Amino acid sequence: MRRSSTLLRREALDGFLFISPWIIGFLLFTLGPMAYSLYASFCDWDMLHPPRWVGLTNYRQMFTDDFRFAKSLGVTLKYSAMALPLGVVTSLGIAILLNQKVKGLTFFRAIYYIPAILPGVAVAMLWKWIFNPESGVINLLLARLGINGPGWFTDPAWAVPALVIMSLWGAGAGMIIYLAGLQSVPTQLYEAAEIDGAGAWMKFRSVTLPMISPTIFFNVVMGIIGSFQVFTSAFVITGGAGSPAYSTLFYVLYLYQKAFNYFAMGYACALAWVLFLIILTLTLIVFWSGKHWVYYEAERKG
Amino acid sequence: MRAGELARSRRRQEAIARAVAYVILVAGAAAIMVPFVWMVSTSLKDKDQLFTRELQWIPTLPVTVQVTDQEYNVYTSLSDGRYGLLLERLPAGKMRIAWLGKERPPETLARVPDDVETVLEEQVAQYRRPGARWSNYREALTPPNFRFLLYLRNTLIITIAALVGQVLSCSLVAFGFARLRFPARGPLFIMVLATMMLPAQVTMVPLFKLFVTVGWYDTFLPLTVPAFFATSGFFVFLLRQYFMGIPLEMDEAARIDGASSWQIYHRVVLPQARAAVATVAIFSFMAHWNDFLGPLIYLGSPELRTLSLALYAFQGEHSVDIQLLMAAATVVMLPLLVLFAVAQRYFIQGVVISGVKG
Repeated sequence: MRRSSTLLRREALDGFLFISPWIIGFLLFTLGPMAYSLYASFCDWDMLHPPRWVGLTNYRQMFTDDFRFAKSLGVTLKYSAMALPLGVVTSLGIAILLNQKVKGLTFFRAIYYIPAILPGVAVAMLWKWIFNPESGVINLLLARLGINGPGWFTDPAWAVPALVIMSLWGAGAGMIIYLAGLQSVPTQLYEAAEIDGAGAWMKFRSVTLPMISPTIFFNVVMGIIGSFQVFTSAFVITGGAGSPAYSTLFYVLYLYQKAFNYFAMGYACALAWVLFLIILTLTLIVFWSGKHWVYYEAERKG
Repeated sequence: MRAGELARSRRRQEAIARAVAYVILVAGAAAIMVPFVWMVSTSLKDKDQLFTRELQWIPTLPVTVQVTDQEYNVYTSLSDGRYGLLLERLPAGKMRIAWLGKERPPETLARVPDDVETVLEEQVAQYRRPGARWSNYREALTPPNFRFLLYLRNTLIITIAALVGQVLSCSLVAFGFARLRFPARGPLFIMVLATMMLPAQVTMVPLFKLFVTVGWYDTFLPLTVPAFFATSGFFVFLLRQYFMGIPLEMDEAARIDGASSWQIYHRVVLPQARAAVATVAIFSFMAHWNDFLGPLIYLGSPELRTLSLALYAFQGEHSVDIQLLMAAATVVMLPLLVLFAVAQRYFIQGVVISGVKG
């Protein structure tokens, strides 16, 4: 008895030793900075002088007297509203096609996935050139079809759609996740549906979609978080400006400008906390809505 | 009979679906390839071919003719197709051309022809033949334009140090969570997962202040040291999942033989988890190789730039030399393409594990 309790204590000690890098890292690089960031968000702070407590001023200014905050929120929401659904449909669509027992699965999977692994700066530079209004390949191709292509990154109305198209090029990671989800759907379910006389669409609606809804759900959550963190592409393409006419002033880009161009560190921290709350809220909404459309097999059994 | 019919119609349906899928997949793959082809094609063009109004996939080079020790560019007349040598450019868009004839000009001539005429720029076109300007790569990757080897070294130092740190610390922590019992294990692990939800921007400013205060600004340390403290919740999660799949009896057997937790970690569990460790290593490599915001914030000196940061700076300085930008971008992408080619399995595996959590 005594022996086993010493062993347990020994194991607990080992356990804490093993996770100690995380504990130290968590305190030093996450929890501590989080607490300081929260405090700083209520301060006027330029990092050269000590923070000066100003109460809710930063937050009040954000919501009442900051045109660019509203703009950056709008840009980010607009992008998310386009990139998220299109991303889900595209990557799910490709995954479904790949799941038709086509030859060369590995080849196609590789081609579709490769853009997702490439350095953001190089990719952004490439797309800036692709979308060049006069000599970029997109408008030259459109011209062959007799279409006069828009100004893309030089046109406030087309800058975000251009970034959405760019994001679809990198939708391959989602495709791989959906493909794995599709491959795990038991074939008996399809066979049973066929015996009941279900066509292709019915099978998709009643078998595929419910079975992979948890995967879609997870990807939507990660997609929300991801689309609120767009930075590199907008920064590289506009040289950090978010131009033209603030049309690519993404939330995180604005936050970066406040912190490292204007040294409004307290304000940047307040922006970061609002970002966190937005992401948290949207995630909770998706979780709550998930009850209605996400199908968990375990629940039915239970 | 009925079942046979059903099976036959199903087979036919599947064959049609597969054919349609194939066509769409090939079209999609072609669309995915367009940017790559455009990038490489651009990187091999010369400046005169960049800002054209017509679509040109194949790089061309101007044809020149050597006359004694002088090289002349060849132009063709738009009206009658004659070839001629450009002798000099005059003001107001005029050019002095020495006409040769309608046959393709030879590489060398003994003397400049006598049939000299002054024409307007619009009346002639530069005579070009398919050919790649490989020297763009040399120009793009050598100082003072782009100190490729230096930036490569910087990127490798950061990437490899962070990779070692992540693999080491995350596997230790994951082992603790997966194989050892200790108080508050569950709640602590939930904290690990919760940090995955936290946007990095929340801690960005205080971390910057912290690293500036300890004198780490303009060093690689802010980009590497945190990696040694299991700061990636995703990697801890991924490794823990994998470790949990290894039978616990193996630990117990080793313990009875007197093995310590450390020995179990590196003699029993780690050797069984090579695939998971490889996945973490690859994702860590990719994240740090591609990182932009970190180097942008912490590295001030040009000598410390990483490839991504240097590429951004290069764009600022050479915004019109698109052919050089595309050459540099191609080279910066190349290592990841090679890595993907040799380790595709681990990339796919990592993505799949990241997605099945839901």
